[in-house]
Amino acid sequence: MRWYIGRRVLQVIPVFLGATLLLYALVFLRPGDPVLALGGERGLPEAVQEQIRAEFHLDEPFLVQYLLYLKGIVTLDLGVTFTGREVTEVIAQALPVTFQLALMALLIEAVLGVGFGLLAGMRKGGLFDSSVLVLSLLVIAVPTFVVGFVLQIVVGVQLGWLPITAGRDPDVVSLLMPATVLAATSFAYVLRLTRTSVQESLSADFVRTARAKGLSRAQVTGRHVLRNSLIPVVTFLGADLGALMGGAIVTEGIFNIHGVGGTLFDAITRGENVTVVSLTTVLVLVYIVANLAVDLLYAALDPRIRYA
Amino acid sequence: MSAPTPRTPPDPDVPLLEVRGLEVTFSTGGGPVQAVRGADLTVYPGQSVAIVGESGSGKSTTAHAVVDLLPGTGKVTGGSIRFAGREVVGLGRREVEALRGDQIGLVPQDPMSNLNPVWRIGSQVEEALRANGFRGSRAQRRARVAELLAEAGLPEAAQRATMYPHEFSGGMRQRALIAIALAARPRLLIADEPTSALDVTVQRQILDHLDVLTDELGTAVLFITHDLGLAAERAEHLVVMYRGQVVESGPARAILADPQHPYTRRLVTSAPSLSSRRIQVAHARGEEPVDDLLARHADEPAAPRDEVVVASHLTKVFRTRGRGARATGFTAVDDVSFTLTRGRTLALVGESGSGKSTAANMVLGLLEPTAGTVLFDGQDVGGLSRREQLAFRRRIQPVFQNPYGSLDPQYSVYRSLEEPLRLHRVGDRAAREARVRDLLDMVALPQDVMRRFPAELSGGQRQRVAVARALALEPEVVVLDEAVSALDVLVQAQVLDLLAGLQRELGLAYLFITHDLAVVRQIADSVVVMREGKVVEHAPTDDVFDAPRERYTRDLLAAIPGAGLVLPAGS
Repeated sequence: MRWYIGRRVLQVIPVFLGATLLLYALVFLRPGDPVLALGGERGLPEAVQEQIRAEFHLDEPFLVQYLLYLKGIVTLDLGVTFTGREVTEVIAQALPVTFQLALMALLIEAVLGVGFGLLAGMRKGGLFDSSVLVLSLLVIAVPTFVVGFVLQIVVGVQLGWLPITAGRDPDVVSLLMPATVLAATSFAYVLRLTRTSVQESLSADFVRTARAKGLSRAQVTGRHVLRNSLIPVVTFLGADLGALMGGAIVTEGIFNIHGVGGTLFDAITRGENVTVVSLTTVLVLVYIVANLAVDLLYAALDPRIRYA
Repeated sequence: MSAPTPRTPPDPDVPLLEVRGLEVTFSTGGGPVQAVRGADLTVYPGQSVAIVGESGSGKSTTAHAVVDLLPGTGKVTGGSIRFAGREVVGLGRREVEALRGDQIGLVPQDPMSNLNPVWRIGSQVEEALRANGFRGSRAQRRARVAELLAEAGLPEAAQRATMYPHEFSGGMRQRALIAIALAARPRLLIADEPTSALDVTVQRQILDHLDVLTDELGTAVLFITHDLGLAAERAEHLVVMYRGQVVESGPARAILADPQHPYTRRLVTSAPSLSSRRIQVAHARGEEPVDDLLARHADEPAAPRDEVVVASHLTKVFRTRGRGARATGFTAVDDVSFTLTRGRTLALVGESGSGKSTAANMVLGLLEPTAGTVLFDGQDVGGLSRREQLAFRRRIQPVFQNPYGSLDPQYSVYRSLEEPLRLHRVGDRAAREARVRDLLDMVALPQDVMRRFPAELSGGQRQRVAVARALALEPEVVVLDEAVSALDVLVQAQVLDLLAGLQRELGLAYLFITHDLAVVRQIADSVVVMREGKVVEHAPTDDVFDAPRERYTRDLLAAIPGAGLVLPAGS
């Protein structure tokens, strides 16, 4: 087991190098000159352009730029953006909000999805099951921004229960609505996955054996149905954390949250290669760590899986 | 419809379980289906009773109704079930839960699927204790679990209790399930085909152990089985069910000696474990016994035309998982040689793990031998090019054990049968359809089966489809890997008859892989007994049965349920 974790952690290194190289190359090959773009309509004097190019090493060949970037990572000094802010500072500001938002969304979809899925699965074909199924289809079909705006109007404006936007340095309460919106689609998937999985478990022989032992319904459900049904759900949730972090851009836009999505978008339009590559790499790392966690959780849930 | 004839003398005891006029109905898309139609059954304290019948006879349904564990939409729609004088039908959920485990234990059929894979064995036994009012400290509970497992015949029980089901063999799992069922010392134990998924020798050990245990504890046992031999051997009283009704009941011996109902008579004559007679069609070839030809050693030069498969010195070593030097080899098949002659049947017999299926897979060209060769019609199977391999596959076809698994559930029967023809570009659409119709005729299935899907067929019908698919390309050799093991005795007999008939008509050679010696006697011309990858005995069938040379073969023979029963003449 320790071997396994060690090996998986070591695997992060080549993935990290590969991801940064690929991302850097993509950004480098992008058409357009960021320095020219910086000048806008009037343009910058030739000397200033040269100075900016030299400062950001934009006159160096690709490989040198990339190696300089790696050096920056190792020394924890990624330099500054065109506007003069430290790149590390930009990341440090954008990441926690998005991370909090994604974790809240993950929690919401996991708790509600598994809960509703379990109830629906246990009452297959009943009124609850059917209505939850239709509802989940609706949630999957309606685009995120529609859900967002509707919630803003109903919960935020008309009922006044929650703040309409989050703004800078939001707290848990103001992130509740955006997190719900972000979680909506995945919630529907988790629900359906759990429901199917529970139905499968319910008809399993070992569940009948458990009932034959004289266990009560709650005991059978908790010990034999739920745990076995969670195995596929956990896989989905782990992969979803990465998607939630990267995919929060629309939700962040609606609720005016200054997170990874918005920052990344701005950096791309401005051509700030270092910011783009760094932020994306962080997302890649989150994805890798989430997947490792899933694999370990898997082993905890299912002893048949062994790591060697 | 004849009423069961009671033959047991009136017992002074109060019955422990009394089922009267039980009716169980399943509601399906096509309307209600009655699975049990007025079944009567009585079990006295300490008595052992067996319900015998084929699948679909309602025997398991009757047993599950007793503990209110009917699957799906099943409901008791009539009659009464009295346990210890108390009506069980219509009891509330909590009252039934109190009855389960505590009063009535259940040993389920398939040990592989009846333990939850994610919990340790010990904790699954402990659950049964706690659910039925065992209060005690952690250490006490643990000690009791170990005691129960040891009692069920599991050595080193305390340590084994910390293991997971996947670390147990089938026999060990079944012992754990017995420990669970007996944990709360129930007065009645329902054993639903408790050993049908296990090897014969293991089966015998477990049943012997169960006998002793229930005897000591004074537990009444209700066996559910399709095997009349096993039932007669293990139970004092038999209840024969057919299509949801009890057609006959009485003392085991009396029923075997003098079956009244026509169905029981059929059951007695076709029980493989009871029948010493080989299928007539298979034998009525009117030829000299060529068995000794088969027994001849494989590497002797012989007429290649007759010997379609020659396996010589086959060895297969699997590399086991492990790090570095710990990766060792596991020899699944060890220097095995045999010869298969056209129009004959060779049986590979052995318990699970004996390497018989591995050997078969090498013959099929699905596994590459580590050493040794398989010659098919004089050509080495190992050295075939891709094109030759395709041609080779046409000439040798497999039928596997589990017809549920080997037919694609999304394919209609027509598509399943047509697929091999299409893959090998046989004929045009019309020709292929005609061939599919022929094939269905050949395996005695009605034409309208074509449009149905595997889920809509019975186990026997599915296996017929699998046989038809194997025959689609007119092969010369069919490898039957436990092809009838999952079927009920009567269906098994039908499929064996069918196979024998096809062999005679088409001159097929069968490589018949099975753990069931009783079936071997019915169909095979010669037998290779395998154990731990090695050939233990290789001889004509009659020799193996009448004069087994090796001790292991004798053990296998003795383990056939009902082998010790002497049937009166007339069967």
